[in-house]
Formats: sequence, structure tokens, C-alpha cells
Amino acid sequence: MDAFTTPLLAGTATGALLLIAALGLALTFGQMGVINMAHGEFLMAGAYTTYLTQQVVTSTDLSILVALPVAFLVAGALGLLLEVAIIQWMYRRPLDTLLVTVGVSLLLQQLAKDVFGAQGDPVHTPGWLDGNIDVLGYHWPFRQMFTIVLAGAALAGLGALLRYTAYGRRIRATVQNRDLAETMGVSTRAVDRVTFFVGSGLAGIGGVAVSLISGTNPNLGTTYIISAFLVVVAGGLGQLRGTVIAAFAVGVVTAFFTDWFSSSMAQVLTFALVVVFLQLRPQGLFTVRARGLA
Amino acid sequence: MLELRDVTAGYGRTRVVEDVSLVVPEGGAVAVMGHNGAGKTTLLRVAVGLLPVMRGQVLLDGEDVTRLRPSKRVARGLGYVPQGQLSFPQMTTLENLQLVTTDRRAIDGVLDTFPALRDLLGRRAGLLSGGQRQQLAIARTLLTRPRLLILDEPTEGIQPNVVAEIEAVITALTARGDLSVLLVEQHVGFALRSTDAYAVLESGRVTSTGAGGPGALDAVRTAMAV
Repeated sequence: MDAFTTPLLAGTATGALLLIAALGLALTFGQMGVINMAHGEFLMAGAYTTYLTQQVVTSTDLSILVALPVAFLVAGALGLLLEVAIIQWMYRRPLDTLLVTVGVSLLLQQLAKDVFGAQGDPVHTPGWLDGNIDVLGYHWPFRQMFTIVLAGAALAGLGALLRYTAYGRRIRATVQNRDLAETMGVSTRAVDRVTFFVGSGLAGIGGVAVSLISGTNPNLGTTYIISAFLVVVAGGLGQLRGTVIAAFAVGVVTAFFTDWFSSSMAQVLTFALVVVFLQLRPQGLFTVRARGLA
Repeated sequence: MLELRDVTAGYGRTRVVEDVSLVVPEGGAVAVMGHNGAGKTTLLRVAVGLLPVMRGQVLLDGEDVTRLRPSKRVARGLGYVPQGQLSFPQMTTLENLQLVTTDRRAIDGVLDTFPALRDLLGRRAGLLSGGQRQQLAIARTLLTRPRLLILDEPTEGIQPNVVAEIEAVITALTARGDLSVLLVEQHVGFALRSTDAYAVLESGRVTSTGAGGPGALDAVRTAMAV
């Protein structure tokens, strides 16, 4: 039973982590079409924010809860800065955004190395996350369960924002037809900025979860960025439910492959599987149904 | 209300309209007619702000709005129903309307104008028929409370029974007197019935203008036949 439950539950937690990283991308890439290779560094910013918060808020039990909104704001602000300074001039030029954001990504990594050092810093787990629960023979760490709860909360929050708020309607309208949205009185520039802020902020929350599992590291973002892009593409662009399924599928499948082979081989096999899947279904898991040319 | 002054515009280096001047007076209704490719839609996109001018000015209530974004022009009372029954396909009919306002009374008001939409509020706009989408497009624009309504071929590609319904609504709107209308329409008879002035556009230039009404039919047909 262990051989099944261990990779299943550990993989679910990895999937949750991927989901938080991919949710932000689902907004900025899936919805806005911006290939932001610096998104991983917003994750890193979230992780370092957690570390810094623990230097200020000495109560470890409290610091993580404080770090969550702070990381959202810090990563969101970085995203907003990137949008205002660079991305806003490059909408509808995906190749340019890809190249420029790779540069920004390297810049942020170097900045982190200069400020915090190349080795990375530890993040202390709060007492209420220190422990585990026995599930069919697997001692499931509370940290992993926390990641799943966090992913669920981020998903619910984003879903509610998009579905039930006026701002969500404006985001969806801008994504679906920018010119039409403008002529309905929607300031699409303001929408772009808020969307980028929220998408990047979600990466910051992901950074908090990552820091609890692996601490901080200047190169932390590169570990997740490709997988996160794969998740968004495999899920179907602009489709949150596809992103959710793809994130957990990639997480669990990778965990099983890691169990059977090695960690690096698991990555290779998972990527190969996703590539084969996209060959068979280039539009991803879910597509948009529409009648005519609407 | 709206004045296009010596407007030249196009795409890249190609000029699609050249030195076009057009005035839509307060409460007046003007039809712009012409063959495909004459520059009608380009002219409307300039008026709305979706296409920058190469030369010339766009004035709204005497204010120069040439460099103003479309959303700012909408805030100043300009409403635009684009060509092609455009909607936000993944949003429901109600969400399309709520994008503009969540005021239930205002929404009820436009649903009274287009009662067919009442039963389709929960349906995604992408799954509506062309006629239903056009009704939605006009209803959504009316919710912006325009003082100037710009319509680009509102009856194009729509089944005849819905065309009659849309024509009746547009005719009623132009007859209101408190709404200025700029209408681009291929259907000359309908365009002249609904407006009190016309301009014929050929190869990006205004070749003929005059008073609207059914009496202008021959003059317009002659101008368009050239």
C-alpha cells in the first residue's frame, strides 16, 4: 500500500505547489498571452519574503501567516513594476516578452545572490506545521497538507475574483476581446496592471509554500517555471479547471516516476509524457466552446 | 456632437480614408454608405478611438478627443456597436450586460427592448445565434448610456425576422431626438429611413452628401453606382 499512497500523497502536495505557481501563469500567460519567464523569480521573491518576515516576526508560528499577504504584495509589486516598465510595450509580441523576461529572470537571480548569498537561507517551520498524520501507512507531513490547503484557497480566491466580481468580469472581457472591452468603457490598461499584479502575487504565495519545503535559493524559480508553463499549456489556455487537473496530474505522475526511477529521470519522463499529450491534443485538456466566430 | 475634421487614417502605410470630414449634430442621425472596402468601418474605428488618425481631428461636443482612449470617449457619451455581432463569448448574456452595469433596473430596461434575451441570460454569449448576439451587442452598448450611438452594419449577416426587429429598435432610437446616431449600413433603404442625413464614401473619400429620408434613395444609388 505504501508504494501507492506515498507517491500519491506526496505527489498531490507537489501538484498543489505547481498549481499555485501555475495559477499566476494561467492569468498572465493563459489569459493575457504574456510569456513571463521571470514568473519563477516571483516565486523566489515570495520565499525570500518568508525568510525576511521570520527575521522581523520572531514568532515562527505567526510569521508564516504574516508572510502570506506580504509575499503576495511583494511579488505582486514586482510583477506590476515589470508590467509598467517593460511588458506594456510588448503585448501581442510574445517572442519579445520571452527574451526580455529571461533577462529579467537572470537579473533577479543575480540580485538575490548579491543580497542574500548563493547558498540560500533556511525558513523555519511553525510548530503547528511540524508533524504528520498517518494515512494508509504514509506519514503525511502537515507541511504538505498545508500546501494543498493553500493551493485550494488560492484557487478559490482567484475563481471567486474572476467569476463574481466586477473586476473579474473586466479581466475576462479584456482577455476575450480587448478592443470590445475598451468600447464598453473598460480601461484595459488598468485591467492589465491589476491582472499582472494578482498573477504575480499568486507566485509570491507559492514562494511561501516552497520555502517551507526547501528553504530559499536564488535559483529556486528555475525549478518550477518550466513545469508551471507545461501545466498551463496542458490544461488548456485560459482554462482554470484544466490548470488544476494538469497540475495534480503532473505532480502525482512525477512522484510515481521518482519512486520507480530517479528524480531526474522522473522529470524527463513527465515532460516526455506532456509532450506526447500535446501532440495528441495541442489545445490542452479543455478548450473554449463557441458558436460561429464570436 | 461628433465632428471628424479632415481625417486621414489607415493601416501601416496604407491610407484607407483620406481627408474625410463629417458632422453628426446633437440629436441628429447620419448614415454612411459605400461599397465594401470604401473605408466605412475604418472611419468608425477612428471616431471611436480604436484606430489613430494619421492626420485630422476628432471632436466630441467640441472637445478634441483625437488622442483619447476609447474607454474615455465612452465615458463622454459615445456608444459603439461594432461590426460582426461581437460579444464576450465565454461570458454569459447576463455577464456581458453586467460588464457595463449591475444596475438591475437599467438591465431590465434593455431587456424590455430586446425581450428575446430574457430567456438567454444564463447562456454563454458564444453559444447564441448571430441575431441574438447582435441584440446583445446593442443592448450592452445602450447600457453605457450613450448620447451618440455608432452602429457598424447592425443588420449584416442576420436572419430576416431578426433584422426587422433590430431595424425597428434602431428606427425608434433615432426618432428619440435625445440620441445622436452614426450608422454604417449596406441596406440603403433602411439606412435612409432611419436617418436624416447621409454621406457616401468611395475609396476613402466622401463623394456625396445630402438629406436623408426615402426621397434620397435615387441620389444615393446614383452616387454608389459611380
